[in-house]
Amino acid sequence: MVVYLDHAATTPMLPAAISAYAEAMGVVGNPASVHSQGQNAKRMLEESREIVSQSLACDPIEVVFTGSGTEAINLGIKGLYWARAPRRRILVPGGEHHATLDTVEWLAQHDGAVIEWIPLDEGGRIDLAALEAAIIRDPLDVALVSVIMANNEVGTIEPVAEIAALAAAHGIPVHVDAVAAYGYIPVDFRTLAAAGVSALSVSAHKVGGPVGIGALVLGRATTVEPLIHGGGQQRKVRSGTQDVAAAVSFAVAASAVTAQLTAPAGGGETARLRALRDRVIAGVALVAPTAVLNGDPARRLPGNAHFSFAGCEGDSLLFLLDAAGVSVSTGSACQAGVPEPSHVLRAMGRNELESRGALRITLGHTSTDADVDALLAALPAAHAQALAAGMADRVPGH
Amino acid sequence: MSGGVDSAVAAARAVEAGHEVVGVHLALSRMPGTLRTGSRGCCTVEDSMDAQRAANIMGIPYYVWDFSERFKLDVVDDFIAEYAAGRTPNPCMRCNEKIKFAALLEKAMALGFDAVCTGHYASILTDADGNKELHRAAAWAKDQSYVLGVLTADQINHSMFPLGATPTKAEVRAEAAERGFSVANKPDSYDICFIPDGDTKGWLGERVAPVTGDILDREGNTLGQHDGAVAFTVGQRKGLSIGTPAADGKPRFVLEVRPITNTVVVGPKEALALKEIAGNFFTWAGLAPEHPEVEFACHVQIRAHADPVPAVAQVVSTSETDDSIELRIIPNEPLVGVAPGQTAVIYVGTRVLGQCTIDRTVSAVPVTSTDAPSPVSSASASPATVNA
Repeated sequence: MVVYLDHAATTPMLPAAISAYAEAMGVVGNPASVHSQGQNAKRMLEESREIVSQSLACDPIEVVFTGSGTEAINLGIKGLYWARAPRRRILVPGGEHHATLDTVEWLAQHDGAVIEWIPLDEGGRIDLAALEAAIIRDPLDVALVSVIMANNEVGTIEPVAEIAALAAAHGIPVHVDAVAAYGYIPVDFRTLAAAGVSALSVSAHKVGGPVGIGALVLGRATTVEPLIHGGGQQRKVRSGTQDVAAAVSFAVAASAVTAQLTAPAGGGETARLRALRDRVIAGVALVAPTAVLNGDPARRLPGNAHFSFAGCEGDSLLFLLDAAGVSVSTGSACQAGVPEPSHVLRAMGRNELESRGALRITLGHTSTDADVDALLAALPAAHAQALAAGMADRVPGH
Repeated sequence: MSGGVDSAVAAARAVEAGHEVVGVHLALSRMPGTLRTGSRGCCTVEDSMDAQRAANIMGIPYYVWDFSERFKLDVVDDFIAEYAAGRTPNPCMRCNEKIKFAALLEKAMALGFDAVCTGHYASILTDADGNKELHRAAAWAKDQSYVLGVLTADQINHSMFPLGATPTKAEVRAEAAERGFSVANKPDSYDICFIPDGDTKGWLGERVAPVTGDILDREGNTLGQHDGAVAFTVGQRKGLSIGTPAADGKPRFVLEVRPITNTVVVGPKEALALKEIAGNFFTWAGLAPEHPEVEFACHVQIRAHADPVPAVAQVVSTSETDDSIELRIIPNEPLVGVAPGQTAVIYVGTRVLGQCTIDRTVSAVPVTSTDAPSPVSSASASPATVNA
């Protein structure tokens, strides 16, 4: 049996989303066409947009479908930056996803942006006082603030509404990367927009929909420069023939998100995941008392357990658990597959050694108690062996 | 698995022999290059993908292990330091010694593996008492036992070279094609993997600041100036900007690079011939000779593709005050083209017996004015500035 505990990377598609996807792919018609088949495609697309908008508590017109969460983040950040020219400053916390980091760094290298990294505390929480101080230093030159809603690696939930309020006081737009948060905690765009959020990115495959479609929720009053030019689809913000089948499948997953998040407080899927996660945390503490739970212990995603194991490589643990049939993650790897020390942990002030002992275990809609049992059964041997392997590939003293 | 054809076929043969095999690609650089043409065996994105595709086809798990930190310190920095000290190192041997059959093997053993299997062309045979021995590959032209000469008994006991008995590379390529590996026709890697354009001199020049110094003859007379001793290798003829011609009118060659005094010594071609080489860093590949202090017959090979030369060798004491020893090799006929830092591998028949890093040589032609041989400095200090 293979135990999948890497739901933050991607989560299994819902069977209903798969069948809806397959069925919709059999329907011909470009939603931009005037004839009845075009109108039928348009109807399927807009119904899907409505269902997705309900899961995000926004208006359908505010949902701009993209090809991925990464594209949505690029559109949110570059689009706002270009629309706000000649303002140069971008304020962003250090532990963001690479979709944000690499985008703002590109803008700094190629388009004159000045990045100001807002520090995180040891739990991965953004330093609000430092953010406010950075804004006040020269508010008129701030193009935007971009912040992750919940960290994809360590699971810390950021006070997005408070962050937005600080920026909104100076008329500065805020982009929110909600890719990791979506489906796990409520993402209420209407409330966030009232606090000052202008744009928010999500991805379908993190919630049981297909890979290949994401969305930027773009407030009605917000203007962004498009990345892609062409037929003028979707408020002229994102040209290109719209992917009806992917949107239909996304909508099936989104309706499940809506149902989960409107479950009574303290119950439903969130509570179920939290209970499984707490079993993981308690079990790891027994096996490896020196392992550190990274991220905010309380304000964290219900499915996320992220640890630094002292004296061993996360890399070794991943390999040994994989050999035992349990799939987990160390965090980030470069394009060639080289494990890299987590930039999130580095931003939280951890040293390189602690960053290298990192292991992320994430639960999702298919996770069960049996999965946690299997992890906790495989972990003692894997941990003992990884400890014995130690830091063989490191230079002593480095 | 480098992403090349040899390691892919070696892995496939190990799988077929019934071993439980896991493909491992070594990340040796923190800044993997972009897509380069051809394999250079050093963790380009394309090489990593090629290795993974081969692993997919044979149905084995595949991982990338990061040894970039060790590689930089033990191979790249060592390469620069050796050059700065006037020696000519072989980084592939250093990588085998420190990375592939040391750090990698160590990590693998700790994680529960029994052996490291590579695509090197060499053989491991077992003697009558069950001891493992390292031997040349069946195919002389492809033999890579020289670069494995640094392996010790323990390392050999945990190594597998499934390509050792294969007569030709063409056969390996044909087998790869038969197995459906996309790398069947991938070009061989040459050069040094961490110097992508193959310009070793240029690469070193960026890392070791050249300092102007004197060019001397063997009697110690100054013949001219050089603009950085590091740029010269023993045996080099071109690039010596000496104004006055030699008394005998014959061309002069670099005989020595002396980093401590930042001087380059030149002389006639005949003086390049060496009657003795020695090194105090030496290892035995498998069982050591029972009496290494007694002179024994062997063959010595001083480069990966040099012909082996009949010789006698023995371990001798080099100091009256401490227990310093060295492996001394006396070839039956003088050796040419040897530079300090190079490795001398000694063979008995096809068996690799051991190796030493050459740190002392004796010319076969005495200096004309004095009869004293001219030992090459083995000090590691250098006036050149190392930037790396």
